[in-house]
Amino acid sequence: MNTPATTLEKRAYKIGTARVGLWLFFLSDAFVFAALLVSRFYLLGDKRPHLEQGLGLIVTSVLLISSFFMNRAEVQISQGNRKAFVTSTLITMLLGIVFLVGVVGFEWGLAPFGPADGVEGAMFYMMTGMHAFHVLTGVVFLFIILRNGIKGRYSPEKHWAVEAAANYWHFVDLIWIFFYPALYLIGTV
Amino acid sequence: MKKFLSIGFVTGIIGQIIGTAVGIGLLAGIRALMGLAPKAEPAAVLGAALGIVGFMIGVGGFRDWFTWAKGEDTFEAEEFHDQPGIIRYWGYSLDHKVIGVQYGILSLLLMALGGTFALIFRAELAQTGMQFISLDFFNTLIGMHGMVLIISILLGISAMSNYLVPLLIGAKDMAFPRLNAFGFWLAVPASIVIVAAIFTGGFDTGWTGYPPLSARAPLGMQMFFVAVFFAGWSSIIGALNLIVTILRMRAQGMNMFRMPIFAWAVLATSLIALTATQLIGTSFQMVSFQRLFGMGFFDPAKGGNPLLFQHLFWFYSHPAVYVFILPGLGIISELLPVFVRKPLFGYKWVAMSSLGIALVGFMVWAHHMFTSGMEEYLRVPFMYSTLLVAVPTGIKFFSWTATIWQGRMRFATPMLFTLGAIIVFLLGGLTGPPLGTVATDLHLHDTYFVVGHFHDTLFGGYMFPLFAAIYFWYPKITGRRMNETLGKIHFYLMTPSFLVMTFGQMAVGLLGMRRRIADYDPAQGFQPTNFIVTIAAFLVALSILIFFINLFVSAKKGEVAKGNIWESRSPEWSILPSPAPEHNYAQPFNVVGDPYDYGLKGSKFVEIAPLQAVDQKARGTHG
Repeated sequence: MNTPATTLEKRAYKIGTARVGLWLFFLSDAFVFAALLVSRFYLLGDKRPHLEQGLGLIVTSVLLISSFFMNRAEVQISQGNRKAFVTSTLITMLLGIVFLVGVVGFEWGLAPFGPADGVEGAMFYMMTGMHAFHVLTGVVFLFIILRNGIKGRYSPEKHWAVEAAANYWHFVDLIWIFFYPALYLIGTV
Repeated sequence: MKKFLSIGFVTGIIGQIIGTAVGIGLLAGIRALMGLAPKAEPAAVLGAALGIVGFMIGVGGFRDWFTWAKGEDTFEAEEFHDQPGIIRYWGYSLDHKVIGVQYGILSLLLMALGGTFALIFRAELAQTGMQFISLDFFNTLIGMHGMVLIISILLGISAMSNYLVPLLIGAKDMAFPRLNAFGFWLAVPASIVIVAAIFTGGFDTGWTGYPPLSARAPLGMQMFFVAVFFAGWSSIIGALNLIVTILRMRAQGMNMFRMPIFAWAVLATSLIALTATQLIGTSFQMVSFQRLFGMGFFDPAKGGNPLLFQHLFWFYSHPAVYVFILPGLGIISELLPVFVRKPLFGYKWVAMSSLGIALVGFMVWAHHMFTSGMEEYLRVPFMYSTLLVAVPTGIKFFSWTATIWQGRMRFATPMLFTLGAIIVFLLGGLTGPPLGTVATDLHLHDTYFVVGHFHDTLFGGYMFPLFAAIYFWYPKITGRRMNETLGKIHFYLMTPSFLVMTFGQMAVGLLGMRRRIADYDPAQGFQPTNFIVTIAAFLVALSILIFFINLFVSAKKGEVAKGNIWESRSPEWSILPSPAPEHNYAQPFNVVGDPYDYGLKGSKFVEIAPLQAVDQKARGTHG
């Protein structure tokens, strides 16, 4: 009954099902960020908050580069290259932490307003806060796959957790591609 | 005692108490360390949120996911076995049928609670002057009546779709059984938190929670926000699971256009719940943060705009009413052919009309805001998009009447409720356009006319179909039929009382009685009608009490249901015994025809797959 071939096929179908679920989650989560984007333009219009342009550019580049390493990690594990997978995941995770420190540690401190000072502050802290929370959960997922990767729990055939974490990372990255111009570039101070 | 402490519900409650205490203690402790005076509101919010997390830990919701995070495998849901007997409904089960019933129990409990709130303030409204309750408590009651029943409806929909969808499409379970259980149990602590709102000062905004009032209402407002936030999560999780189940777990040969209509309705509903629910969560979170951190989203003094809240809120809350009614309309289309013994008229159109309502539903939210002071140029486009909803809804009505036309009707209790649903929903539909049209809405906005219209749509679109579904599928759950006589008394008492109630509400609404008021001037002449409405509301409650009695008594004493009691073509009746066994179909079936071809000679919907082919075909769909 359960030949190896049927088990493999069953598992593939199961992962396909999980994949649909993951993408539906992205669709759902995207509506949170869409709501915040709409709120930003509704409340601030063509005004943007006064922020550190250099810092914004740095954290954005860091996050974009991290997606490159994330992709590399996924490719490596699908080719059975565990060591390279671990290195790439570690780099992604570190870049993610650098991003968090840059936004929450520096930008939040350097901004000339607090969350209670006017609607610019409210929108800025809400958007970066919501996004940073997602980056943080992404870092937790990366830590989980890093740990399991070091223990050798993934193989080219069986690494759904890596794929899910990687896609989530790219998703959060994509959100920032919309948030960065909305906060730093569009409009006048 | 030890056995008692191993029940999931009990450990969950203990977890919630500990979580709440930790949350309150944590914030009080931090403030004490920083040398600040303790503040009630942030501590209460963190306490409520951590209490819900504590419940989920206590009930065991994170156990398997934690195992996965460690990189270990858990057992397959197909290997899961419940404890026998009634005790299984109190624990963390992975069986979709058990979860469906759990959803149903919680939903009916909240329905009784929310209905009781209404009875209290209805009694107050029977006469002018304040008789029993304070003005603040009145305000809390109307808000609680709204939101408790909305949560009850969301849970009731989940009950129907969780129980029925896998059975109807021939799956062993939902696509993600653990997520399914998680979604249900999340609603339990959320329900506890929303009831806690009464005891933490209540709130006076009504269920909509508009700022600026909600930004300075008592602490109960925050409990309301936290509860809705987590109940919304539960709804999103359930919707995601249902979409994946419908897309990926159908039986062999069941292409999209051979699916039961109920599956289509659930698909459309779930698409709305999956996406739009995020906006009510976000908007409530923003008000909550405005209260906690002074973030001035909706505070004009800080450059904010309260209208933004209404846009975000109604972007969910209008499509939400389609979440409430679409499954019910699906139930009507599902049951009518069984009881008139004729094919469903225009299957494809009915299937598509559900999706049509869902899509149009996303474009109509601002019709709640005609009088809000929003940009005037938005009024007419939103009026037209609102009236457009009548087109796909009309398709459903044409299909129902054409299905009934020249059919051989059998008036069993489920059929009575189906017919009642059609009539009451028609009244709800006809009273909609006056509210969607700008000119008339300016007069009717925020009057009892809206209340009457809304109760018509929700009774027609949800309550009547829910009762029909319970009377129809009850034997699948318990193996016994519900008492027909009591069922008929329920129907013949509820329907006329309900109609009197809503007609009365619309009558005083047209005269200009505002909704949400605790008292009115005797000179306005609303009193006789209000008195009648109150009597009618109590009669509706009495009929539902009869239903509850029937529900309990029939479980033990009802007539045993043998075989296909309704002569349905649907696989859960034609293949499965009652009550339905664990893991549904022992053997997969093939879909070889259309689902509703009643009365066509030689037509077949399902046949059990030949044995040797089972393994081959099972691979694809039952992975």
